[in-house]
Amino acid sequence: MSVDLGLSPDQESIAELFNGFFSNEAPPAVARAAEPLGFDRELWNKVIELGAPGMGCAVENGGGGASLGDLVVVAETVGRSIAPIPLIDHLAALSVLTDADLVAGEAIAAVAVRPADANGHWSLVPAGAVADVVIGVDGDETVVVRSTPPMSGPRNHGSMPLADRSAREGTRTVLGPASLFEVVLDRWKLLTAAALVGIAETAKELGVAYVKEREQFGVPVGSFQAVQHGLADLPVAIDGGRLLTHKAAWALDNVTDGLIDWANNEITDGSTLATMAFLFAADGAVMATDRSLHYHGGYGFAEEYDIQMYYRRARGWSLILGDSTSVGLSLADRLFGTVEG
Amino acid sequence: MDFALSSDVVEFRDEIRSIIREFVTPEIADRMHTTGVFDAPELNLELGRRGILERACPGLGKGDPIEMYVMFNELEKAGAPYDGLAVALMIAAVVNKLGTDEQKERIIPSIISGEALVCMGYSEADFGSDLASIKTRAVKDGDEWVINGSKMWTTLAQVAEWLILLTRTDLDLPKHKGLTMFMLPMNTPGITVEPVHTLGTEITNATWYDDVRVGDEAVLGDENGGWRTMTTVLAFERGVMGGTNAGVPLLRHFHEWAVANGVFDEPTTRERMARSIIDMQVATLLTMRSAWIAASGGMPGLEGSMTKVFAVEAYQRASRWTQAAAGPAGLLQFHEEGAAGEGFIEYDARHSPVMSIYGGTTEINRNNIAERHLGLPKSR
Ligand SMILES: Cc1cc2nc3c(=O)[nH]c(=O)nc-3n(C[C@H](O)[C@H](O)[C@H](O)COP(=O)(O)OP(=O)(O)OC[C@H]3O[C@@H](n4cnc5c(N)ncnc54)[C@H](O)[C@@H]3O)c2cc1C
Repeated sequence: MSVDLGLSPDQESIAELFNGFFSNEAPPAVARAAEPLGFDRELWNKVIELGAPGMGCAVENGGGGASLGDLVVVAETVGRSIAPIPLIDHLAALSVLTDADLVAGEAIAAVAVRPADANGHWSLVPAGAVADVVIGVDGDETVVVRSTPPMSGPRNHGSMPLADRSAREGTRTVLGPASLFEVVLDRWKLLTAAALVGIAETAKELGVAYVKEREQFGVPVGSFQAVQHGLADLPVAIDGGRLLTHKAAWALDNVTDGLIDWANNEITDGSTLATMAFLFAADGAVMATDRSLHYHGGYGFAEEYDIQMYYRRARGWSLILGDSTSVGLSLADRLFGTVEG
Repeated sequence: MDFALSSDVVEFRDEIRSIIREFVTPEIADRMHTTGVFDAPELNLELGRRGILERACPGLGKGDPIEMYVMFNELEKAGAPYDGLAVALMIAAVVNKLGTDEQKERIIPSIISGEALVCMGYSEADFGSDLASIKTRAVKDGDEWVINGSKMWTTLAQVAEWLILLTRTDLDLPKHKGLTMFMLPMNTPGITVEPVHTLGTEITNATWYDDVRVGDEAVLGDENGGWRTMTTVLAFERGVMGGTNAGVPLLRHFHEWAVANGVFDEPTTRERMARSIIDMQVATLLTMRSAWIAASGGMPGLEGSMTKVFAVEAYQRASRWTQAAAGPAGLLQFHEEGAAGEGFIEYDARHSPVMSIYGGTTEINRNNIAERHLGLPKSR
């Protein structure tokens, strides 16, 4: 039969391995303890032992040769656990970088998702506070810069290790034209989308578990239909986001000259699909964390409960790319062509 | 995951596309709105003649099991009148799954040849969402069954050859257990059909059953097993047989109009359009998942509910913003000069409300997800 919308047996094992790893090594208390910087070196060292940092790199470069679909599975487990390690950024940067210390995870790579300003300044780089290597666009070139990470940065909504970085100070290598960076950014959007699906999944689980336990008027609050219907939208958004993310991974890996035929709903261009998945998963994670927090009542607002950590990251991980209107308009340009003049 | 269609299926799809190009003319698309019957007999016959319906009908083992999804997806995207065909093929699949050999031989060929349509008599005036409470009675009289009662919303009854009818056969059993499904010819004596006009140009019907007599050959599934037959129908209906990509032709109509009128460069419009296109991709993927589950031998009842909730609301959102963006031109109907999207923008605003009502309302589908997927306690 054509079409297979299930995970492969290999991917099932990857999901089991990483979900198991993160639930043992990175329960929510670990993310909490790592705030405000949002980085846990010890956890990064453990993830190195799993071979995770280089798993998407070619085998001949010492990597694991995993497909993008496999990386999507891993990225979702990162989102589920909100593990305080920059694995998404690192895996995205390694779509083009092959340095041995990066493949091994001894050095950390970050992606400057927005281009440098006229002075060669990258602002608010995700994982910029802790990365030894940053890849991004400066002028019309894609550059890689090695420099000492500040190991601190502005306190922020998502407790992310953000920092401003220079595209010119440090050991700078020009990789090629700015267009080369698209591969990196596509992968960053793809894996971030998967991580956002993971955030939504945990938010849903937390919300459902809470409303089954919590009683008011002598019955679980989860028996009220208003609450049920608010939660019933979550698995729909999660499954939709997961399917779209996997379709983007499949297209990036397998399709050349993909279609952008929106008028017939035939889209197989990987780059377009990655942006679509990113926008859809971002909305889904925001909705899921909103609703789950709300159905916790006052306790959802209490720092002690975990849902607030997911709520902040759902916004942080997606907004760092830019406002969602601009991302939406860049998608529109791809779909309909740019506006003249 | 693998999203590619095999070369056989691509060939199948391309054949359907070429048939659509030939048979789904603007006149045929227009005719559905003047007759109120969402069906194109000449299209059905061509699909039947070429063996496409036989290939697409689930369970007959003729084609790749994903082909039913592919066929309805193509018809829907093209804006073809395909409701009649969708119901007929779905019921053919149910007959194939639950029917006797005699029923299969008598009923299925008439459907997969594209000749016969089927209408569905489940809902009654007083029972819609609470379908298991219906009152239309079937009583055994010697070798025969005698059916009395009435149904509401029996769409296509004015043109269908066959009727699938949900009845109560045992008053003493709990409400889900005392039901039996029948499948009988519409020309059986005792059936009356009265039209019911709707907001969306589609004409449905009220039907009456006065001492309608049929034999055991008309029982589809088990006696008092009507609910199981019903669940099988719904698993096919919710989100596999089309009804999940209605926004695609709408967005196309809107885009053509907006470009021609020089208003498509508006950033708000472009962003909304891009987001609706994301919704359409997701709707299609969720539909494809239901189809894939069904094709792998499962019953995608729950996934169908999920697909329907999402796809219908995405279509309704698209209909709302496209009409608002079109302004007064979005108020003009088919054939009026200056009508946005040749009248489709106005039409979709009238059509879209029904999508969250029929085939199980959005609330019933959310109940289903909350109870069966999230495991929350029953609220009723
Ligand atoms: C154009 C059209 C064509 C149709 N074609 C057919 C057909 O061919 N064959 C057929 O058998 N039927 C058909 N139907 C009927 C359709 O399936 C029913 O209308 C539908 O199931 C809803 O039932 P109802 O209209 O009785 O509404 P009701 O059940 O009375 O519902 C009224 C409102 O209450 C809400 N509600 C009901 N129960 C609950 C609950 N437990 N929790 C929360 N909210 C609830 C509903 O969601 C709805 O919003 C058609 C309907 C239309 C409009």
